[in-house]
Amino acid sequence: MENLLNLIPDDTDRTDGILKVTGGATYSAEYKIEGLTYGVLVQSTIAKGKITVLETKKAEGAPGVIKVLSHLNLNNSVPRYAKDDNVTIDRNIQKVFYNDQVYFAGQPIALVIADTYERAVYAASLIKANYQEEKHHTYLEKNLENSISPEGKDYLRNEKDAYKNSEVYLEAEYHQLNNIHNPMELGSITANWESDEKLTVYDKTQGVFGSQKHYAGLYGMDSKNVRVIAPFVGGAFGMALHTWPYQDAAVIGAKITKLPLKLMLTRMQMFTMVGYRPETKQFIGIGASKDGVLNGITHNAWGVTSTYDNFTEGTVGGTQFMYKCPNVNTQYKLVKLDVSNPIWMRGPGEATGMFALECAMDELAFKLNMDPIAFRLKNYATVHPVNNLPWSSKFLDECYELGAKKIGWYNRNPKPKSMTEDGMLVGYGMASGVFNAGRGAATARVILDENGKLTIQSAITDIGPGTGVMMKSVAMDSFKMDAIQIIVELGDTNLPPAPTQGGSNTTSSVGSAVYDACTALKEKMVEVYNQSFGEQKVYDDFKFNKEGFNIKGKSFSYVDLLKKAGLKELEVTRESRSGTERQKYVFNSFSVHFTKVHVHPLTGMVKVKEVVCALDAGKIISEKQARSQMIGGVVGGIGMALTEEGVYDHRYGVYTNNNFADYHVPVHADIPPIDVLFVNKPDPYINPIGAKGLGEVSIIGLAPSIANAIFHATGKRVRDLPITLDKIAIWRD
Amino acid sequence: MINFDYIRMQSVKSTVKALAKFTDAKMIAGGSNLIDLMKRNVTAPTKLIDINLLPLKYIEQSKEGLRIGALALNSQAADHEIVKNKFPLLAMAINAGASPQLRNMASFGGNMMQRTRCTYFYDTSMPCNKREPNSGCGALNGINRMHAIFGANDNCIAVNPSDMNVALIALDAQVVLLNAKKERKMAFADFHKLAEDTPNLDNHLQSNEMIVEILIPENNFSKNSYYVKVRDRNSYAFALVSVAAGLELEGKTIKNARLAMGGVAHKPWRLYDAENYLQGKEINTETFKEAAKIAMKGAKGYGHNDFKLDLAPASILEALMKAAHLS
Repeated sequence: MENLLNLIPDDTDRTDGILKVTGGATYSAEYKIEGLTYGVLVQSTIAKGKITVLETKKAEGAPGVIKVLSHLNLNNSVPRYAKDDNVTIDRNIQKVFYNDQVYFAGQPIALVIADTYERAVYAASLIKANYQEEKHHTYLEKNLENSISPEGKDYLRNEKDAYKNSEVYLEAEYHQLNNIHNPMELGSITANWESDEKLTVYDKTQGVFGSQKHYAGLYGMDSKNVRVIAPFVGGAFGMALHTWPYQDAAVIGAKITKLPLKLMLTRMQMFTMVGYRPETKQFIGIGASKDGVLNGITHNAWGVTSTYDNFTEGTVGGTQFMYKCPNVNTQYKLVKLDVSNPIWMRGPGEATGMFALECAMDELAFKLNMDPIAFRLKNYATVHPVNNLPWSSKFLDECYELGAKKIGWYNRNPKPKSMTEDGMLVGYGMASGVFNAGRGAATARVILDENGKLTIQSAITDIGPGTGVMMKSVAMDSFKMDAIQIIVELGDTNLPPAPTQGGSNTTSSVGSAVYDACTALKEKMVEVYNQSFGEQKVYDDFKFNKEGFNIKGKSFSYVDLLKKAGLKELEVTRESRSGTERQKYVFNSFSVHFTKVHVHPLTGMVKVKEVVCALDAGKIISEKQARSQMIGGVVGGIGMALTEEGVYDHRYGVYTNNNFADYHVPVHADIPPIDVLFVNKPDPYINPIGAKGLGEVSIIGLAPSIANAIFHATGKRVRDLPITLDKIAIWRD
Repeated sequence: MINFDYIRMQSVKSTVKALAKFTDAKMIAGGSNLIDLMKRNVTAPTKLIDINLLPLKYIEQSKEGLRIGALALNSQAADHEIVKNKFPLLAMAINAGASPQLRNMASFGGNMMQRTRCTYFYDTSMPCNKREPNSGCGALNGINRMHAIFGANDNCIAVNPSDMNVALIALDAQVVLLNAKKERKMAFADFHKLAEDTPNLDNHLQSNEMIVEILIPENNFSKNSYYVKVRDRNSYAFALVSVAAGLELEGKTIKNARLAMGGVAHKPWRLYDAENYLQGKEINTETFKEAAKIAMKGAKGYGHNDFKLDLAPASILEALMKAAHLS
């Protein structure tokens, strides 16, 4: 049997590319349904307290208004809400309009349903709320003493705080503000109850089954009576990993009015309704011998969460195993504030944690007078330090060399503020990233039709990376077919089950399912062939090509085979999942980011001039898509490093920059040429296709590489993201 | 957004007549700021007077200087040969502002009229004396990183957000205003005002008046002009500090200087004392540093924007060095 490890990287274009850029892709707010109504949410303007009066009469009387929904009239119409007194369901999803309590500024407190969007907007502006306010807390720094330990136990390997006994050590605090989820497509949903017992939802989601389970659960329905459809998702980055109250509001509103309802958030509403990468304060203590052998690392983090959920991410996890270091202790704490709930954002946890660790490594390398790469290689881990297992594959060392060569690392003068170019200070920085390489259970169906076309189906969503192309590429290689012969169908609960898209799992999980299904289909062809021709050929006799196969010199087309067998189509469905290899190895993807920055010597304005990423993500299935995904991660990372921050006015507990003019996502002018280099060596153990996934490592390490480059350019160490020019304060020498 | 009447005007005459009649009407040209304000319920005119068909899109040379119709587009001016050759400072400032899409919509008159970007002004749940007189200033003890360091008081510390305005004030522009009865001309420098006791008013345009023309007199700054914009990202961000500098040189001697700043005051901020200091001096780093120091007299920070006290003189130095081709 040939192995997909020999797969040649293919420059296939996106299956959805033309549709997306021509308006042909239908997003969840774009479905035209007869009698569609429009929902607009009203939000709380205080951060904490009780709604004493909610004046809705004017809105109810406004033209075109069908219904105003709030805690005043929701009653017990949602069985799942009525079941218990918790304010959340499914662990962390706030019940919408559940009671008169306000838990954060911007919380949805009413839904206006009208016959047009404009009328709903107008009516929503007529709703007035009075509150009994309570003292709120939104300031992390001032509430550290109220923190809790969500994981119960802190991590300790050997001696605690051993860094203090090292010949050279560093203690530093790092901090970053909220990064708000702002994909191009806003949070949106169209809910259509076809009958009292049958619901169809066009949803912005990263996982159709998660949504299905949640909506069915609201009314105690059988999941099979809820269909969730999401063939196109306009970016998500984690915001749609679970449903949010706005989606409940739409489903409940449609149920009560018995009318199809569309609800799309405004950009401003995105800031408090779909989560964010939480503000986190970190402490690193790190120490080594004079010749650069790490002795101890202490990493403590305090992350923000809401009052109603203990949102947890792996902020300190990477520190436990990134380097060979005898003594490591980490502590992760949550500070519960009167804010909306965070959610995972690209590179969740690790992007935050690696910012601290990889800056600290750079700082310590500088103290040791060592090259930052040499320092990392000196402490390179070949056995996982936490569980003492080998990695399934690890080519991080090759990443360092590939990237260093490409950006000209060794030509830099390592002395800070020593390099200039075009009147600007020049800095080079680097940092590494790591993320779990998982593999979930996934099912794929492949169907060969009488015209020789192959259809691949999976319920997986494609939130942007080009999952359809990945599926196609695997099938193309399996059958040696051209892209044009293959149709991909995804993003629908009626298709074979797949995990939620997230955590760099998709290619490993779904790609493997497609691979296994394709193999099974070929085996089935052998069977059909033998039956049809009364022969006893074996699988290895078959050489597949784009039209069909060749058996010992004789060619058959797929079309002919199906005709001979009297079949309209040949179909195989296969589930694929991980096995005992997970007990024998640790699976990780690795990245190294190199950046070159210019810093203006008078004003401190930063311009990223070049980024080089080198990564070990196992076998690259579709090089063009993988490259694009890396570029996307770098763009997000530049935002995290330099421009993005959700800024509260803590007096009111509200955001002051909840729009695209004031919350700065990077624009084209901020983005330099980005080089992506793949080690591209298959992981021999993770799955049949050797791919490890790269969505998360694309951003992890980017922010510290920029912070390190700014230090190199200016001699100024900024440990607080985003690194705006007032923090660099280049004028302060 | 509440309902409003929409009237499209065909002539300047009918427009000023309508303005005399409807006191709460607002004119709309590109709408790139007004529509935002209406969507967020910051302003709610009952009548919207569309002036886009008025014949005020011209840019032409006259004996007195360059005449720019109030409806000339920002991008039209920035790409105009005369502007690029004779008034490059204006082209540089315009191109530093907003995004190409916005510059294609925004008119000269509209840009002059654009309101502050203070976030407290835009959020109707917040106090703001500019939006709602006597409600207080949210920014004063709040998030005021973008705010004024010159000429502010406790009523309002908002800044004028325009880049174009900074170049126009530096270039001694004049403004022609018209109402149903008469035309009046004023120095561009007198058009915008400080907050003082009436932060709700950004400028001296009367409710029955419209801007019809901007006039830029001839000058000799074209060879030594520079616009510096310091901001949080490399495009589509308002200035933390911006500086327009124009020098007329005789050899190394400064015959005439123009210097103005944006992002630092309720109006575009002309630096007359620094200009006077520069006159007759030789171009060099020390002279420019001293000018920057003089320019900063009376500056005051409000907390988050304290860094502007350092950033502003650094930016002035950068603008002068670049204008003098010393860096």
